[in-house]
Amino acid sequence: MQPTGISAMGSTIEPADAPTRLGTRRLKRPARPLLAPPVISSVDPASAAFVKNRQDMLEQLAVIDDLLDDADAGGGERAITRLRSRDKMPIRERIHHVLDPDTPFLEISPLAAYASDYAMGGGLVAGIGIIAGTECVVMGNDPTAMAGAMTPYSIKKWMRAIEISRENRLPYVSFVESAGGDLRISPSKDDSSRVPGGMQVDHFAQTGRFFYELIELSKLRIPTICVVMGSSTAGGAYQPGLSDYNIVVKEKSKIFLAGPPLVQMATGEVSDDETLGGANMHAEISGLGDYFAEDEMDAIRMCREVVSHLDWRKADPSPPTAADEPVLDTEELLGLVSRDLRQPLDVHEIYGRIVDGSRFEEYKARYGTNLICGWGQIHGHTVGFLGNNGVLDMDAAEKGTTFIQLCNQIDVPLIFVHNITGFMVGKDYEAAGIIKKGSQMVNAVSNSTVPHISLVVGGSYGAGNYGMSGRAFGNRFTFLWPTAKIAVMGPKQIAGVMSLVRRGQAARQGIEFDEAADAELVAASEEIQERGSLALYASGAVTDDAIIDPRDTRTVLGICLSTVRNAPVKGAEGYGVFRL
Amino acid sequence: MSTTARPRRRDINVLLVANRGEIARRVFRTAREMGIRTVAVYVAAESDAPFVHEADSAVRIPSYMDSAAVVAAAVAAGADAIHPGYGFLSENADFAQAVIDADISWVGPHPDVIAAMGDKLEAKKRAEAAGVPTLPSSEDPTAGSAVGYPLLVKASAGGGGKGMRVVDNADVLDELVAAARREALSGFGNDTVFLERYVPSARHVEIQIMGDSHGTVIHYGERECSIQRRHQKIIEESPSPGIDDATRQAMAEAAVSLGQSIGYESAGTVEFLVDDDTGEFFFLEVNTRLQVEHPVTEMALGGIDLVRSQLEIAAGGRAAGPAVVQPMAAIEVRLYAEDPTSEFLPATGHLHTFCAADGPGIRWDSGVEQGNDVTVSFDPMLAKVTAWGADRTETARRLARELEELHIGGVVTNRDFLVNVLRSAEFLAGDTTTDFIERVDPPRELVLAPNELQRAAVVAAFWLQGRNRDNDLKWGNLPSGFRNGRLPPSAVSFVRGSNTLTVAYKAQRGGLSFRVAVASTWLDGAAIAGLDLDSTVRVLGWSSHIVDLEFNGMRRQHQVTASADHIWVQMPTGTVELALVPKFVVPGATGPSGGFKAPMPGVVLDVRVRAGESVTKGQTLVILEAMKMEHHMNAAEDGVVADVLVKTGQQVEKDSVLLTMVDDDEAGDGQ
Repeated sequence: MQPTGISAMGSTIEPADAPTRLGTRRLKRPARPLLAPPVISSVDPASAAFVKNRQDMLEQLAVIDDLLDDADAGGGERAITRLRSRDKMPIRERIHHVLDPDTPFLEISPLAAYASDYAMGGGLVAGIGIIAGTECVVMGNDPTAMAGAMTPYSIKKWMRAIEISRENRLPYVSFVESAGGDLRISPSKDDSSRVPGGMQVDHFAQTGRFFYELIELSKLRIPTICVVMGSSTAGGAYQPGLSDYNIVVKEKSKIFLAGPPLVQMATGEVSDDETLGGANMHAEISGLGDYFAEDEMDAIRMCREVVSHLDWRKADPSPPTAADEPVLDTEELLGLVSRDLRQPLDVHEIYGRIVDGSRFEEYKARYGTNLICGWGQIHGHTVGFLGNNGVLDMDAAEKGTTFIQLCNQIDVPLIFVHNITGFMVGKDYEAAGIIKKGSQMVNAVSNSTVPHISLVVGGSYGAGNYGMSGRAFGNRFTFLWPTAKIAVMGPKQIAGVMSLVRRGQAARQGIEFDEAADAELVAASEEIQERGSLALYASGAVTDDAIIDPRDTRTVLGICLSTVRNAPVKGAEGYGVFRL
Repeated sequence: MSTTARPRRRDINVLLVANRGEIARRVFRTAREMGIRTVAVYVAAESDAPFVHEADSAVRIPSYMDSAAVVAAAVAAGADAIHPGYGFLSENADFAQAVIDADISWVGPHPDVIAAMGDKLEAKKRAEAAGVPTLPSSEDPTAGSAVGYPLLVKASAGGGGKGMRVVDNADVLDELVAAARREALSGFGNDTVFLERYVPSARHVEIQIMGDSHGTVIHYGERECSIQRRHQKIIEESPSPGIDDATRQAMAEAAVSLGQSIGYESAGTVEFLVDDDTGEFFFLEVNTRLQVEHPVTEMALGGIDLVRSQLEIAAGGRAAGPAVVQPMAAIEVRLYAEDPTSEFLPATGHLHTFCAADGPGIRWDSGVEQGNDVTVSFDPMLAKVTAWGADRTETARRLARELEELHIGGVVTNRDFLVNVLRSAEFLAGDTTTDFIERVDPPRELVLAPNELQRAAVVAAFWLQGRNRDNDLKWGNLPSGFRNGRLPPSAVSFVRGSNTLTVAYKAQRGGLSFRVAVASTWLDGAAIAGLDLDSTVRVLGWSSHIVDLEFNGMRRQHQVTASADHIWVQMPTGTVELALVPKFVVPGATGPSGGFKAPMPGVVLDVRVRAGESVTKGQTLVILEAMKMEHHMNAAEDGVVADVLVKTGQQVEKDSVLLTMVDDDEAGDGQ
């Protein structure tokens, strides 16, 4: 049984002839529902494969659930207790209070720093939520994790938060409380054990980029609001310095270029926190603090008031519509994908469980059938889907290219559902111009200007990832199902290729090839590659926006599709649609 | 018998009702049914009252007591008859005469009869002359022993309990006579009082009579109106459960004979006091108008229309006896804006909701609608609710249920008290003497089991949740409280009386079911984080005034209304008012500390202190008048008056700050 939508229920208790007794509910109707028929499912939820898939998926979700609890714990119970004893709130509580009550919150990279030495989440919380009726990017340091000190992960999340704000034109709200940089990280040391996944900071000179990007938001007329909940020292002091609006909290905010110890070291002057950079000083003397709050809740209230005065107008204020829930059971999304990605997956089954009324209008249903293209709606937002039903061959690439152009013509955002091993390889395909066709698709993807959202449900390998608008192709959002794997190619293929290379070297050098040693190397390499391609590793390294429960796909995409409409949704111009 | 010529008889085409509220609406309804056009008069403060809109035309007048303005309005509107309703000018003989003099039909008895019956001593003489038994009494306010104790001091010109005092013994007679005189003078402009025997265990029973211009006087049986507070009726019924048929018959005959002896015309009521111990009855007074409680008679007799009879008689028609011989049980309650927990003092406010269930076998006569303001300017009666049926117990239960189902918020009322009366064993047994309220002392407010209070808080929380979603113009169709990571549970706190409740919840996938915990206190963030959300709520429907909710397996639909800071939840036994604890508090936005607040709305009669003055505990600071009664506001502690914020004659609302106080020490520091 599908959960019924609120508005649908409303009618059961609101007979039209009794409006005064029962009151009214705001009408929300789809502007232009698609006329296409619903997807017909051929999934058998009783089949052994489905039951197994579902079981595997639930196990993977349970792991993620535990990791989210770790992220919630921040710097640990003792640190939280200590924080509360100083009349301060954990960052998640601050964010909870600043959001309009009961509105959704889409957290970005909650599992950043997975498999590193840093606290789960990387010491910073970021996401998209609604403040005073306005979609905003909200980010905040976690003062319980190393006193909010910047880590490679928090920096990457911070940059991502700014990027979301910039690309989608969302006001940017930050709760700042940070001890500054993590002085323990040094380029001279090998930090690979603590900071895996290529996250090491190479040089101090790289670290200033976020100041540039923060002030760039302002230049782009995207409001930036900085609530200084605690220490904001040295580099951190430029966060309020470079924000449009600052809120300081009585006896809590400390903003200075150098704290009392460094000042004493530098000039011999003896001072204390409050005199040097307290909220009072900044609100009354330096003028850095625009709003003076009595306490944290008061600061949050002021922050909401500031957002309310922004009178933020979305470029495309498409109103919420009373969209039909999918006809097919969204619970069944759990049993569609096998852990063994070689098992086939019909992407129609996914479309049918995430679009309004399960209605999907398929484009070129009989051509290039390895790529399933067509239109559907998610919470009333019309979108174009490209999803893999196999490897990308010439026909599929050609079809995808045209479809991307069609959607650009009508300013419709694109959702790429990845389950792709790559472009087809082989003699015949090379001869038939797979490079040309593949390049056409990559070209179309690169120059498409409507928002792209990637949903990786299975593999996303090699140039397939590019063709499907992977992270590097400037998509607006990337979400993974727990079954996702992202790499240059499959672990078996990598290990096998490496083995073939070694075998070739040995032959050229006339050395006898050690089969036993090679088998060991292949196994080890396969394992490393497999682990590195897993969704959790990708998410830990902040190369996607989050791993999501498949059942939440429709909600997450709904949030994103509303979010992207804060900026103009405009397709590419220049040529008409090429009929390839 | 009067010597003045009777007014000319003719058909009524346009009827002006010289009254307001429910009675104006009541008369308009019958007039409309009879094809008569209607005219309302109203004062500026009631421009938006329902009765003004229901008349065909309306004329603004300075005051409902301004007889010249009313007559002028009738002339201007082309009215050929005036119905006075009850109260205001209804028993003013001069007004009746002025109406007749303006060649307008007067719907009521002859002015001379009004004048005679309006004087209680004169009325009593007429009753005695007609052979109707009366209470021992004396016009000499010192003749207590001749009358016998306990006795009652009453204002000659009074009514409705004003200027009335019970005297238990001779020692306090002079003092209470003086008090009654003062109140009579301020209330009626006449300080004449008299003494009358007081019957401790008494019933108030009255006979509805109807006379016509052809000399016929008939009766419509009796009403018992014993349940009174502050000497005013709140529950009336017919037939009386406390008298036998012989008494009933004798009282009716006495009433008719009195009516005939004075040439009574139109609707009137002869009131009797029945000694519950002896069964004796004594004449009290004649009300020369339609009574507030007339629906009791109408419904007991199968839905007759006394207003129609009045209008027909005013046009020269004949009084006709009721067709129903065996009356049904009919019970009426008066829903008042008043606070039963605070001596039934009148209450004011904005009716954020006033929504009756309108169940079967129920009649509503209501003067207000949702959205109206209830002010101190007029009688605080909001509505009359009447139930009828073959069985008195069932009728009482139905009426209690109807009251319980009334969704009302914004004004304190006696609803819960009325329910508690109707459901009391004493009432159901018919043990309804005039001392009922003191003797039985039913609970004054809604008594709610702890689990029902919890449920009310849960209902409030999830109705708000639904409203929050409805207000979300960006992601309104996405699931409530969706999280892909972790945020703390939502929590909302409410206050009811001395109870504070916190409802904390987290949405489950889909946003229609929730894990919930209810705590009987306000909780800080750490406590909320540590809650075990071990209950389940499913929201099955939501609209701007309803939430359909399953909590711990029990599903109910609740009406809900909210203002900026309060929320009213309809429960099976009544409406629960919860104050919403605000999430954010603007610093410095609270009122002055040490403020001395008005306990009720009223007018400042006197300010007895000045700023800077030291006062002692118990000293009178301000005198307020509300509903023509004086209330002394006394200092609760010794202290110094910091600031006086009101002046004599000023109208104040409940809880408005009259003056601020500091204690002696603080005042000393400041000097």
